[in-house]
Amino acid sequence: MARNKEKLVLLLDVGPSMHSVLPEVEKVCSMLVEKKLIFRKNDEVGVVVFGTEETNNDLTKEVGGYDHIVVLEDIKVVDGDLIDTLQKLPRGTVDGDFLDAIVVGMDMLIKKYKDIHKGKKRLCLITNAVHPIKDSLEGTKEDQVETIAAQMTAQGMKMESVVVRGRLSQDANKRIMDENDRLLSIFSKQTLTRTVYVDSPTSLLGALKTRRITPVTVFRGDLELSPDMKIKVWVYKRTQEEKFPTLKKYSEKAPQTNKFATHQVKVDYEYKTVDGASKVVPPEQRIKGYRYGPQVVPISAAEWDAVKFKPEKGVKLLGFTDASNIMRHYYMKDVYLFIAEPGNTRAILSVSAIARAMKEMNKVAILRCVWRQGQQNVVLGVLTPNISQNDKLPDSFYFNVLPFIEDVREYQFPSFNSFPVSWQPNEQQQKAADELVQMLNLAPSGKEEALLPDYTPNPVLERFYRHLELKSKQPDAAVPPLDGTLKRITEPDPELFFENKSVIDALRKHFELKENPKLKKSARRLLREKPSGSNDEDGDADVSDAQAVNSIEKALVVKIEKIGDLTPVQDFEVILSRRDSPEWVGKAIKEMRDKILGLLSDSHEGDNHLIAVECIAALRKGCILESQNHTTIFCAILTCIASRKE
Amino acid sequence: MDLDPEDVFKDEEDGSDNEFFQQSASSKEYVVYLVDASPKMFNTTCPGKDQKDETHFHLAVSCIAESLKTQIISRSYDEVAICFFNTREKKNLQDLNGVFVFNVAEREHLDRPTARLIKEFDCLQESFMREIGSQYGIVPGSRENSLYNALWVAQALLRKGSIKTADKRILLLTNEDDPFGGLLGAAKADMTRTSLQRAKDAQDLGISIELLPLSCPDEEFNVKVFYADLLGLDGEDLVQFMPSAGQKLEDMKDQLRKRMFTRRIIRRITFDITNGLSIQLNTYALIRPAVPGAITWLDSVTNLPLKIERSLICEDTGALIQEPPKRFQPYRNENVKFSMDEISEMKGISTGCLRLLGFKPLSCLKDYHNLRPSTFVYPSDQEVVGSTCIFIALYRSMLRLKRFAVAFYGSSSHPQLVALVAQDEVAKAGVQIEPPGINMIYLPYSDDIRDVEEIFPDTDDDAPRADEDQIQKAAALIKRIDMRDFSVSQFANPALQRHYAVLQALALEEDDIPETIDETLPDEEGLARPAVVKAIEEFKLSVYGDNYDEERDFLGKGKVGEASRKRKTIVENAVKESANYDWADLAENGQLKDLTVAALKTYLSAHNLPVTGKKEALISRILTRMGK
Repeated sequence: MARNKEKLVLLLDVGPSMHSVLPEVEKVCSMLVEKKLIFRKNDEVGVVVFGTEETNNDLTKEVGGYDHIVVLEDIKVVDGDLIDTLQKLPRGTVDGDFLDAIVVGMDMLIKKYKDIHKGKKRLCLITNAVHPIKDSLEGTKEDQVETIAAQMTAQGMKMESVVVRGRLSQDANKRIMDENDRLLSIFSKQTLTRTVYVDSPTSLLGALKTRRITPVTVFRGDLELSPDMKIKVWVYKRTQEEKFPTLKKYSEKAPQTNKFATHQVKVDYEYKTVDGASKVVPPEQRIKGYRYGPQVVPISAAEWDAVKFKPEKGVKLLGFTDASNIMRHYYMKDVYLFIAEPGNTRAILSVSAIARAMKEMNKVAILRCVWRQGQQNVVLGVLTPNISQNDKLPDSFYFNVLPFIEDVREYQFPSFNSFPVSWQPNEQQQKAADELVQMLNLAPSGKEEALLPDYTPNPVLERFYRHLELKSKQPDAAVPPLDGTLKRITEPDPELFFENKSVIDALRKHFELKENPKLKKSARRLLREKPSGSNDEDGDADVSDAQAVNSIEKALVVKIEKIGDLTPVQDFEVILSRRDSPEWVGKAIKEMRDKILGLLSDSHEGDNHLIAVECIAALRKGCILESQNHTTIFCAILTCIASRKE
Repeated sequence: MDLDPEDVFKDEEDGSDNEFFQQSASSKEYVVYLVDASPKMFNTTCPGKDQKDETHFHLAVSCIAESLKTQIISRSYDEVAICFFNTREKKNLQDLNGVFVFNVAEREHLDRPTARLIKEFDCLQESFMREIGSQYGIVPGSRENSLYNALWVAQALLRKGSIKTADKRILLLTNEDDPFGGLLGAAKADMTRTSLQRAKDAQDLGISIELLPLSCPDEEFNVKVFYADLLGLDGEDLVQFMPSAGQKLEDMKDQLRKRMFTRRIIRRITFDITNGLSIQLNTYALIRPAVPGAITWLDSVTNLPLKIERSLICEDTGALIQEPPKRFQPYRNENVKFSMDEISEMKGISTGCLRLLGFKPLSCLKDYHNLRPSTFVYPSDQEVVGSTCIFIALYRSMLRLKRFAVAFYGSSSHPQLVALVAQDEVAKAGVQIEPPGINMIYLPYSDDIRDVEEIFPDTDDDAPRADEDQIQKAAALIKRIDMRDFSVSQFANPALQRHYAVLQALALEEDDIPETIDETLPDEEGLARPAVVKAIEEFKLSVYGDNYDEERDFLGKGKVGEASRKRKTIVENAVKESANYDWADLAENGQLKDLTVAALKTYLSAHNLPVTGKKEALISRILTRMGK
């Protein structure tokens, strides 16, 4: 454990231009420390902020300069206080100098650890880098950065810089930004620095890896192209689901006074005979039974061992094939990464040559893999090239597991062309859909791609860790609602949808949805519950969510001017509540009357009557609410309806 | 999301929600095998396996046996009956002559296949002549019509169950294309008419009759003589009949043992395109890892199933906990407790529907953006009329513009971002290979993605890159080892096939386990072709130079050396240590248990056996090794 202790210094820009994103910086940093408290208790963390009014760091005392940089926390083993500090970052008043901050951070690491712990020392810089750094006394800024980078490499330090840009720093000086980007790119080229540009608070939360998992190889050995041609490779997991933590069960049986109670719960399984006696059967008397038709065949583990399939360990090439032969949805599992054995130049070259040739020819390779000796099954999958964009990193392959015949269920579905014409979109409808697909663009050119999986945090985990921290202070705290930043993951971006309102309106105009009249009432759930924004079958989803949905809906539907077929009652209420013109009340009532009459006259065997009655009820309520005068109108309408009914 | 395999067969509302799905409505199949046992079936032979001739009767029976063995694994809820006609003995409920319904104990005539049925059916051929006997049922001068009787018996067997819930079929295996050929005049006409009428009655009841004809070597089965009328074949069907029937027979013999699942909607979900525009979708699992099926724990003495009881015990007091306990996470030196409600509240971040967030070009979907098998999505107008229309419009737009939709799927257990990728229908020779619809691909979060590439960069230099020549050589190599017709899922899972083969052998108490072929091994012959070898050698030369082997050996020594040397020393030490004991003697006298675990382990490591487990396990392993 101890040898993997990470030593981290957070360098946080708190200058005025960063204030808008500081809440997210606070969240992501406290999350980082919180996860360390749970998973890596021995890691050490220090915190430096820059852009503050005050100055407090060793270097300024020793050599002067390095103004507006404050060491908030010296490097120490993570503890709860650190989180408290990070949750209340000071708001700075001056524009900070990130390069000075890097030097201060390096100085802290060097002083504390000398040159031991190579590769375990890390700096993490969060800034928008929109302000110029000071000119150096000797040489250019570039020279200065290069000196620092060389020192960083010599000390075995890594750096991660998250640069907040885009929407979050619109009116910055382009020239300065470019200069800073160039300086930061020197770090990326010459040291082990990962630089990430983010343009939304949501991706800021995801850009910084809050939990580091030491990667473990799945396989080390030969990638066999043929019996005579083997390439040494190492295989890692590229993706693996980070699960919701399994919480231990808590026992309340121990008396309150018992300080040493573990409160743990042991889960005990007993295997009992089904007959009346319910006798417990000891483990050695149990045997596994396998279904064969209606019977169950008992087969002991020893019997299986003697005869079961035992493949030899190894990764073998079956052949290459066109990439188009493998459809994307056949990928079965999480993804592996094949890299050439580190340090083995020939292997790296072989992988590079094959990967590049595959990319050029648009080919993929099919492999048969047995990762470990004694593995009970073979894995069949597809190897796709991963051409490295970074000069430092060698080319590699991704590997995705493909299904066997048994895994594919060949269900037939009718072709869309065979559907009746009424189910097929007409030309205008198709055009409206095309517009939508084109305009609701999450990856516009020139901007960062929104909701890139690599920078999108898991909202459930975010919420859990925040709640955990909150509960440790207030044991009876309620689960906090998803904040706006996380909502960007679970709900459409109102800004994007607002910009494309015309496209969406067109879509709504061209397509009409209605409840299936033939369906039994009890089965109707879909349309009825949607408009009011209430939760459907998931009764346990929280109310705060629903409210949020409501507010967004209000923002979007506020312009409703007509009562539609879909949600007449809601539309009516919305129009009625419009206060921008006195005409709306009259218009709403008139529209509603027409709607009700329309519903009644179009009704087949009374299937619309229910909706009509609902509308009448809403109309009545609305009329009473508006004024006395309108109630008489309502009565008139009612008589009118009654006469029509005759 | 994952379905319980057993659950699939339970009564569940089927996907027949509109007129297009009618054909797949029934989930079960009732089959009656009607086998001709006339002397002609025994007298005619055809070349079989191992170049030996086998009789048609033998061929028919072994086909059925193979088919039963497959069926018991793939669709064990389907029911079968086996019925011979043109027999000497008779056994049927109607007491009709010349028809014998084969069955075993503990089984109804039409029932799920059992191991016993398969086993006794396998041995049937030896006892057939003695117990059932073969005899022409249609002879001049007699009023008997065994074909008529057989159809009647089969129809009566299939009376069970509703046509709505089960497909009913009669499979007729015969080599006689003219069953009434021996008769003349009115008798022939009469019998032909009554037989056809009987077949038609059965068909009117929803029973389909299929014929598997066996051709004699010198004369092809002529379906036009009689059976075309019985089956109702004409025109194109008639021309196609013989070739396809031959194929069917082949298929029966060599089917893959694979558990079949009836198509079932996993979930009906709402797709929120924008506010106020929500359509209904059904999701289906088209690709899921196949598992051998659930295991049941049995008492090894009685072979009766056991029930598993779970109890929660407080570790502090030893008391049983009845109510569902709270959960906790140790944090900041204390235990932070959560109630189950709170946990589900934290997980429930969305309303369970699918919400559209926007669209991206397909190139944004990277190869590593994957976690789980995808789910297939198909629209339904059942609840919301108009869903299909919007769905098709968006589907076509996405296909044409090469974009996919990003949506948030707020299921209660796994709220996740998903990519909705439109898939065009692909059909080959009239068979649908890829259904039209949208595949939902589950995207990882940043928490799920690991940046492993970045752990080993060479700090000083850039990573080596292949040059043009090396890439050219690699391209030549790729061209040589090309699998042109590769399609996903052309291989059977060798472990699963082995599992079923073993299970069958043990269930039927067969002596030897049938060989299963591992299709996933590379084609060594193909790789040894001179052209391939040459391409490989050239590539090797361009990357490794002349010293490929040397370098490997060198590397091999350096790398493997360390670990294996360590292992070797352990073994050597163990051999030395274990020599201090007289193992045979200790085992003989049951004194092994007096030794320490460490001492026991020396023996195990000296003999290259695993050293894990409790002391008893170690001792039993030693005894097994000594052959005791």
